[in-house]
Amino acid sequence: MEYVVIEFHLDGRSGVSPYMQLVQQVRRAVRLGMLTEGDRLPTVKEVVARLAINPNTVLKAYRELEHEGLAAAKPGVGTFITHRITDSSLAAHDALRGELRTWLDRATAAGLDAESVEALFVTTFREHTETRTEEPA
Amino acid sequence: MKPVLTTRGLTRRYGRRTALSDCTITVPSGKVVGLVGPNGAGKSTLLRIAAGALPPTAGEIEVLGGRPGSGPGQLAKVAFVAQDTPVYAGLTVGDHLRFGAKTNPRWDDAMARERLKSLGLKLDQRAGRLSGGQRAQLALTMAVAKRPELLILDEPVAALDPLARREFMQGLMAHIAEHEGSVILSSHVVSDLERVCDHLIVLVDSRVRADGEVEDLLAGHHRLTGPRRDTADLPGDVIAESHVGRQSTVILRGPAPEPDPAYEVEKLSLEDLVLAYMSSDARPALEMA
Repeated sequence: MEYVVIEFHLDGRSGVSPYMQLVQQVRRAVRLGMLTEGDRLPTVKEVVARLAINPNTVLKAYRELEHEGLAAAKPGVGTFITHRITDSSLAAHDALRGELRTWLDRATAAGLDAESVEALFVTTFREHTETRTEEPA
Repeated sequence: MKPVLTTRGLTRRYGRRTALSDCTITVPSGKVVGLVGPNGAGKSTLLRIAAGALPPTAGEIEVLGGRPGSGPGQLAKVAFVAQDTPVYAGLTVGDHLRFGAKTNPRWDDAMARERLKSLGLKLDQRAGRLSGGQRAQLALTMAVAKRPELLILDEPVAALDPLARREFMQGLMAHIAEHEGSVILSSHVVSDLERVCDHLIVLVDSRVRADGEVEDLLAGHHRLTGPRRDTADLPGDVIAESHVGRQSTVILRGPAPEPDPAYEVEKLSLEDLVLAYMSSDARPALEMA
């Protein structure tokens, strides 16, 4: 079991901070079943030796994953996936998609073109996520 | 935590030329700190003084609680990799290790050999025959095998090609992942430092223009673009502004401005942020501790 299961990569132009990119890649790998319960994440040294990034960036990403309950650190051994996403949120998708469609119809009726709709969504989404991350844990 | 380096009014003159003028700076400990600024800002002079390789003309400096170059104890605590990562061209790689072992009380020979082996450097190779990237790796190995509390690197990757740059940073970061200590490294290229630094200090004309955790700096600046406007009523501090025809572009320090459909508010890349400070000399300095 002591082999590297996934390899991280970073996109310098994505606008997403490096630590969040690592978090997202683990979440995605878990969701896709590439990572399952008991898998060891690459060690901090392995990640920084590959990506040439600050070790604190990796530590911060792993802490975030622990906080989310997706992974747990075993001191001196490594950080392990503790969770299987049996995506229970999947059931909610249909209803949410319907509401989003209604909202898009209203936006078009109000005279917004595709670009304005996207800009409005992206800025609101960004504000929303930022307020959420600013709240104390 | 006690800062790793503090200066007050630090000045260095060469005859009539002033290389560093009245520089006051505080560098936090336990971090990877990037020192950026244009060529001639005084970065190298500051780092050489901190390493004890150059005495200041005036002002005060304290490094790890001591005066740079004040004795063997102080020298053992600080490792310095000068610009262009110098090595002794006539000596072999193995000679460098023997020299390091003789001159450094805390020399970690096993670590040095292990590092060189993993890099594919052979002990009987002459340092003068190594590639630029290998020379830089040898200089880095010499520095980290000292087991310093503070590692100072002056433009370590400036002369390297992109692959060697990356390999150097990989080696440096891998070292930091395993060992305690503080690192200060300088560059005039922000992108070299973006991923590796916790903390960034922008030095222009011996003055600290911006100073803070990289994440705080990124979160605390915005670019506002829209119809031409007066900047006086904007919240936060205006770092840079340009007004062309009917449009204004303003770089602001502080929380994000209130949403206004006429204006686009964006986050800045670290590079754009640093460039804004470099090109706005008359503005007040920034402290984001």
